[in-house]
Amino acid sequence: MLNISAFFVGLIFGLGLIVSGMTNPAKIIGFLDLAGAWDPSLAFVMGGAILIGSGGFALAKKRRRSLLGAPMQLPTATNLDKRLLLGSTAFGVGWGIAGFCPGPAVVSAAAGQPKAWIFVAAMLSGMALYSIIERRGK
Amino acid sequence: MNLNHFTQSTYIAGFSGGLLIGFAAAMLVLFNGRIAGISGILGGLLQAGKEDKIWRVMFLLGLIAAPFIYRITFGLPAVTIEARTIKLIVAGLLVGIGTRYASGCTSGHGVCGISRGSIRSIAATLTFMMAGFITVYLTRHLLGI
Repeated sequence: MLNISAFFVGLIFGLGLIVSGMTNPAKIIGFLDLAGAWDPSLAFVMGGAILIGSGGFALAKKRRRSLLGAPMQLPTATNLDKRLLLGSTAFGVGWGIAGFCPGPAVVSAAAGQPKAWIFVAAMLSGMALYSIIERRGK
Repeated sequence: MNLNHFTQSTYIAGFSGGLLIGFAAAMLVLFNGRIAGISGILGGLLQAGKEDKIWRVMFLLGLIAAPFIYRITFGLPAVTIEARTIKLIVAGLLVGIGTRYASGCTSGHGVCGISRGSIRSIAATLTFMMAGFITVYLTRHLLGI
């Protein structure tokens, strides 16, 4: 059941990304381009998502187990450290360069955009590199 | 700042898509007890020794199925990807490494984290947005690359 639900959630998430325009890098760069023809619609995407999401998380926080009986695995970290801030900075720079963040990049790659394949291959390499560095450090 | 060239429909589309994304995030935490963060879901697959790989694969299959279903029902919207290969590679590496160090991206921090009221996620979101604003300013307006 958990796997079936994960599939449908992924599907709805992906449809949401397409409907919202998040899979169009020109639109993302339009949002990030404050000095140009600024396109504020990404703020509407976040607003809509947080509106529903906050209700879901408010209910989830009250539970020890999910509706399907899985343990609630909510993040517990609260520290604002270098990893968070430098990592987010690197992510923001990459986001600004190409106009892709991870979800929309995967959806665009699946939609058959060759440029998204290149981006996703590089992104997965970056993630794998992180895993290698972290393993070495232990 | 001239906003007239964006029709109201792009805001409605953005908001509606946002509602779907929020609904998906709410469903994943309520049914599976998990955070719908794409970089975390992908990253977990690339980490040796992690046991909970099947739900991650299933989520990704759903995500990958989305454009196929959208295409046969509505037809996919046109997209513009300006970046050339070298930019795509540099950007992809930065996004991959950055989101893993930050433990989240637009979905994990921006949607789920802010929905949980996490200060850490609010800080992460402000940081990557600020970095994005500055990057686009530099590349588009100052350096023209």
